[in-house]
Amino acid sequence: MTIKICPTAFDPWEEVQAYQGNLPGGSFGATTVFIGTMRDFNDGDDVTRMHLEHYPGMTEKQLEKILDKAKQQWQIIDALVIHRVGAILPNDPIVLIAVWSTHRGDAFDASRYVIEALKTTAPFWKKEVLTTAQERWVTKNTDGYNAG
Amino acid sequence: MTIKIRYFASLKERLGRSEDTVAFEAPLTVKDAWYRANASQALPVNVLASVNMEYVDLHSIVQDNDEVAFFPPVTGG
Repeated sequence: MTIKICPTAFDPWEEVQAYQGNLPGGSFGATTVFIGTMRDFNDGDDVTRMHLEHYPGMTEKQLEKILDKAKQQWQIIDALVIHRVGAILPNDPIVLIAVWSTHRGDAFDASRYVIEALKTTAPFWKKEVLTTAQERWVTKNTDGYNAG
Repeated sequence: MTIKIRYFASLKERLGRSEDTVAFEAPLTVKDAWYRANASQALPVNVLASVNMEYVDLHSIVQDNDEVAFFPPVTGG
């Protein structure tokens, strides 16, 4: 299980490939990859950039608790969570959650649990800069559906 | 006894500082700690609180050298 808080841009595909390359081949049958990417719009406005703040130490601690709980609940072989902080531009990956397991059910369910728990308990905060140069803190996450 | 109080994100901006140190003698709850540091500011309704980087409720008792933090709902991912 690996958690990385990343202050600069990262390539999630390279990270997954490198991490999987270090797992014992033949041990896993399912890999799920979730990537959250910055949009150039939010809440009806055009967004030009974003600043992501976190609580160093607590963020890692809460992410570890989330992964521990996922490991207790599902049969996970390994997991990789990477989350950006700092200055972020549209199209930059914000978060990567990759889960390896023997079978797809555990991988899908665990990765859904990890992203939803991250969104409600990991101390990260987004501040958006709009095309009008106005800055605003994001006050809540969506429910994860377009209609929501 | 003393505690450090930290603030994050919009709350830090609104208060204009990122931390306080509070000295106390009698048992103090997390909520009490807020008002020791921010006598004239109501505790925000949706505020989250932690002690030593674990979530707590506002009635938890703080101990000497604890790190208390207050912050708005989280919006990562």
